[in-house]
Amino acid sequence: MPETFLPILFALAVAFALGGVMLALSWVAGKRTGGKIKLSTYESGMPLLDRSRKRLSIAFFLIAIDFVVFDVEAAFLYPWVLVLRDGGWPLFWAVMVFVGLVVVGYAYVWKKGGLEVATQVAARRSGSAVP
Amino acid sequence: MSPETLAALAKMGLWLAFLINVAPIMLWVERRAPAFMQDRLGPNRVGPLGFFQGIADAAKFIFKEDIEPATADRGLYLLAPVLALVPCLTTYLVIPFGPDIEVAGRTMASVVIDSDSGIFVFLALASLGVYSLVLAGWASNNKWSLIGAIRASAQMISYELALTLAVVAALVPAGSLHLGRVVDYQIGERLFGFLPAWGVLVQPIGFLVFLVAMFAETNRLPFDLPEAESELVAGYHTEYGSIRFALFFMGEYMAMAVLSALAATLYFGGWSLPGVDLMQLPGVLPALVGFVILTVKVAIFMFLFVWVRWTFPRFRYDQLMRLGWKVLLPLALANLVYVAALAVGGKL
Repeated sequence: MPETFLPILFALAVAFALGGVMLALSWVAGKRTGGKIKLSTYESGMPLLDRSRKRLSIAFFLIAIDFVVFDVEAAFLYPWVLVLRDGGWPLFWAVMVFVGLVVVGYAYVWKKGGLEVATQVAARRSGSAVP
Repeated sequence: MSPETLAALAKMGLWLAFLINVAPIMLWVERRAPAFMQDRLGPNRVGPLGFFQGIADAAKFIFKEDIEPATADRGLYLLAPVLALVPCLTTYLVIPFGPDIEVAGRTMASVVIDSDSGIFVFLALASLGVYSLVLAGWASNNKWSLIGAIRASAQMISYELALTLAVVAALVPAGSLHLGRVVDYQIGERLFGFLPAWGVLVQPIGFLVFLVAMFAETNRLPFDLPEAESELVAGYHTEYGSIRFALFFMGEYMAMAVLSALAATLYFGGWSLPGVDLMQLPGVLPALVGFVILTVKVAIFMFLFVWVRWTFPRFRYDQLMRLGWKVLLPLALANLVYVAALAVGGKL
């Protein structure tokens, strides 16, 4: 029943209202002196050294892809909870085949180094050889 | 207004009163408790034992100047702190805080959304937390913010996997996605004839995975890499000041409280206490007393958050990702298979 979930919309409205009111409160009550230097981008008190939109490690992109793959697979396991006892051992082994396939994919990602996030950077910093 | 609407509003009001008070109280606890751990006094000037420190801080935040970087993307910059409140102010809707009660001849569930897909709602809304961090980091137009935001999002989605798998395993004994049924199971069953069938006793490994993932999801030490002061200034909220920073702060504390409530519900019997039958109480008292019991359990978890923060050093980023992907994820999957085998084998 969709109306069961109406409280979510209401709670969302409450959250936005609360945030908006607090922002407005500070806008009204806070003093404003401003200034060009004060409003410049923060760089530990020095003049700005480089661009803000820097290039980022490709590893973060890999994590996002891995997450999408494994999270969808985790979501498939939720319906199993509901029929677990009724399904008994035949269903258990059927799901184990599915889990086995996930594990194969996981082992592949591991072996290919897809999980080695930031280890190369850390190794370079500590002076040891890059794995 | 129909009685159902009124009841839903009353239940939401109860939760909101609880959640709004979490931030100021935790502000005080987080400064007072570590002070005693480190043999100093901590804030003790505002009110008795410094208890009103949180209110003083809130007032200070409101009267601070709103500084906004000239190069920031204005709309998104202002939207991000508001979004930080969204996951914690919506996920509480599916957490049960008492048994079904009778009010004016109607049976009423002590949970705002009484749905069989409760945990899905929780996970879906909790995932929205990432948007706030990413938008904050990107809209600030500052490299520290951006790096902090990217790190934070990678960390949160990595640990969300382990969390999701731990939650599936925690639902297996009850065989339902309705959190109320999970609590009912923990009340009704006994382990070895005398222990309450609390999730933590059925699947200690699952609880451990959930606990670690919970710390990482809320960006708390030892996993507060998103704001690692020593390397990133302040991470995604580097360019935020005054009340805008306080909103992130509030969001973090409320998220801790709601996740603690979920942990208590899945692993520690939720609103129930072993040997106490709340149904003996008249009127709406069962729900209110249940809420108090749940609050006490949440408070214990919140103290654990503070305790851990002031005990452990921060992990390095590659250690954090290795723990999430190479330890917690296989552990959570193994725990799920183990619990499922127990349940199918009729041992649970």
